Amino acid sequence: MTATTERAVGSDVRRIDGPDKVRGRAPYAYEHELGAQPAFLAVVQSTVARGRVTAIDASAAEAVPGVVAVLTHQNAPRLGDVAEEIAVLQSDRVQYVGEPVALVVAETSEVARDAAGRVLVDYDAQPADVRLAADRDDLYAPEQLMAGFATDSVIGDVDAALAAAPVSVDVTYETPNQHNNPIEMHATVARWDGDVLRMWDANQGPHNLVPVITEAFGITEDQLHIVSPYVGGAFGSKAYTHAHQLLAGMAAKVTGRTVKIELTRQQMFSLVGHRTPTIQRLRLGAQPDGTLTAISHEVVEHTSQNAEFAEQTATATRLMYAAPARRTTHRLAKLDVPAPTIMRAPGETPGMYALESAMDELAVALGIDPVELRLRNEPERDPERDVPWSTRNLVACLRQGAERFGWAGRDPRPGVREDGRWLVGTGVAAATYPTRRRPSQARIEAVPGKPFVVSIDASDIGTGAWTTLTQIAADALRVPMEQVSLRIGDSRLPKASGAGGSTGITSWGPAIIAAAEQLRDRDVPPGGLTVTGSSGPGDEAETYSSHAFGAHFAEVRVDRDSGEVRVPRMTGVFAVGRVINTTTARSQFLGGMTMGLSMALHEESVLDQGRGHYANHDLAEYHVAANADVAEMDISWVDEVDDEHNPLGAKGIGEIGIVGAAAAIGNAYWHATGRRVRDLPITPDKWFRQAPAR
Amino acid sequence: MDRDITLEVDGARRSLAVDTRTSLLDALRERLGTTSAKKGCDHGQCGACTVLLDGRRVNSCLVLAVTADGAQVTTSDGLAGEQPHRLHETFVDHDAYQCGYCTPGQVVSAAAVLDEVARGWPSAVTEDLVAERTDLTDAEIRERMSGNLCRCAAYANIVPAVAEVAVEQGVRA
Repeated sequence: MTATTERAVGSDVRRIDGPDKVRGRAPYAYEHELGAQPAFLAVVQSTVARGRVTAIDASAAEAVPGVVAVLTHQNAPRLGDVAEEIAVLQSDRVQYVGEPVALVVAETSEVARDAAGRVLVDYDAQPADVRLAADRDDLYAPEQLMAGFATDSVIGDVDAALAAAPVSVDVTYETPNQHNNPIEMHATVARWDGDVLRMWDANQGPHNLVPVITEAFGITEDQLHIVSPYVGGAFGSKAYTHAHQLLAGMAAKVTGRTVKIELTRQQMFSLVGHRTPTIQRLRLGAQPDGTLTAISHEVVEHTSQNAEFAEQTATATRLMYAAPARRTTHRLAKLDVPAPTIMRAPGETPGMYALESAMDELAVALGIDPVELRLRNEPERDPERDVPWSTRNLVACLRQGAERFGWAGRDPRPGVREDGRWLVGTGVAAATYPTRRRPSQARIEAVPGKPFVVSIDASDIGTGAWTTLTQIAADALRVPMEQVSLRIGDSRLPKASGAGGSTGITSWGPAIIAAAEQLRDRDVPPGGLTVTGSSGPGDEAETYSSHAFGAHFAEVRVDRDSGEVRVPRMTGVFAVGRVINTTTARSQFLGGMTMGLSMALHEESVLDQGRGHYANHDLAEYHVAANADVAEMDISWVDEVDDEHNPLGAKGIGEIGIVGAAAAIGNAYWHATGRRVRDLPITPDKWFRQAPAR
Repeated sequence: MDRDITLEVDGARRSLAVDTRTSLLDALRERLGTTSAKKGCDHGQCGACTVLLDGRRVNSCLVLAVTADGAQVTTSDGLAGEQPHRLHETFVDHDAYQCGYCTPGQVVSAAAVLDEVARGWPSAVTEDLVAERTDLTDAEIRERMSGNLCRCAAYANIVPAVAEVAVEQGVRA
């Protein structure tokens, strides 16, 4: 093997998929050229939230020229044992507005959509119940939370500690229902070649889908081939199998055609999941010097009739700060809504918004600087698990952020800085996200005189994996990046974990390194040599508490006449282990922080309380941050290598950027105005809940 | 009802039959196999489908293909000649994208912005509406590029990517 002194890992190398992407030459799911003229699918969705389909009249739809078939629960193929929320067209039951009740297959997308509007469906409907409230009498404790976290945690006598605390806060925050809304709409192209199902699909890792789709269609893994080289964003909504992927497989089977389905933006509000809304009561007790004596974080959130999705909203509170008495609880309301799913840092994003807002309120009550309050409550070990940190550099992030932002000398008084119509303030919040790794395998084919072919069913949803995995492989093989040819996004490649939970680099990277080690000091014969390697969680998960940390600082300006909120600058500092690529890492933080800004100021999916549908189900009414919403973004990280956790010393970076960002903006809003808005988003109308402050 | 139309797409003359309901975007993507322009909402809300139609940027999902008969359509791919367009290079250099799905629309919009500023067209943040020359400041870029949503949120990288070309083209100091 050629020796090379220049390391690719840690450099700022540009994305290798960039030149194709900027010209629009990288094929996303819907765009693969397959030769045969495809048929197009259009979904007919329920208009009621709860009830039964009593009659379907598809005759008008079937009469439209160009319609190939109309599938309903009466004639659709039976699926295997799949989860209730994706058992599509399997019964007459309806459990949320937007549930698929029929599917049109047609020669063109125009005909399919036209015919879908002509399918007449009658229902026996019952009233929708979509109201989330902390005073519901049917809230329940799930057996466990997502990822196996305990539903509740209690250490010490929390109520007594709170009652005895010289200084305390007792505040309730609400975060809204949100939608992932990747710009590439969920799409699948499906075709049966004999008994082999081929899919070109938008997902966060083809192997994530394999168990469900093979079970659904009663086929083996060898009979399923999912191809997903490029994915146009996901943020969680493309992690799991959804109904439309099964609809595509069914329609292809019934018609014998290559079929294309592309959900509409409106359909994405009901068919690919959402972030649950939360109601969170935070109680913090402290000594006058700021030492926390008690932390209580009680969460109420929703799940759906057809699934139990128990988001781990308060789990970050179990590790952020030291306190002798501490409690977290999670309760669910089972509502007539579509199944929630993961959305960028599920749990940490809403939970840390509440905790970090409460910490700010406590700092005010104590008269202590909010950065200093956090420094005074830094735990030496994981406070609930009582194990050491593999690395924890929150303090360094807070200090470096304060320095870069110019925090020193900040006047703590709220509502006293004016610039014409604008009230100006600054805020801070901390961030954390778990560091984990999952089982993954990789294969390397070496042929003398040719680039190494590195294969792993990893997924690049915008994270930069095409580039970072090539860097890692090049260093592991001790060759320049040009001598590595990477293959990802294909279920026929070695099985790997999906892109989720910020686990990509920590799972895939070590698998590639393990494969490369098989080639070390071996002569490659003229006919070539193929090696494999695998990696997965070790005992580090038991031995250590491993998390990324970060700190956000924000300046906020509020127009006293209109309530408009602007964020002229944000500073984010992160401690994330070894950074593989400084260019793509910065973009990950930038994207997370901006999505946090979007969460703070814009995003809310509004459930119609009467009918149970999402009233603002498009991008004109569900606002996400646009270019003009974002100004100066200062992003950096502290030196850190986490050698205890994985061979790369890296931590995931895809999610921590959003965690805490909304709290920093909310805290700055208070500093600017003297008003707390405890229910996101901080839209202009909330300024007018109180009389103008003149 | 189908109609035969002719489009000049990225420099190539293409004849095709379209449904009178077919959008220009679907004509490109579903009938011509030209997939540089992306579909992100189909309602003119996200900008991923932005193309130049006879030199001006449009949301191609809001244009009926039959009304574009005879028109010149340019996608991001078509902005390149023998070499990539400078915006292609600066978008890569500034990492002005992540997943890349909205990116061809961003690039086309940026090309149009440079042209619009060169023509002296003001925007909502232009202070002097009658000035002959507008400087394409960061604020101007942000405003003029706000019709193109990027959920990965590369905005703060898109601005310098556009700014660099603006300087080269003499529309930014």
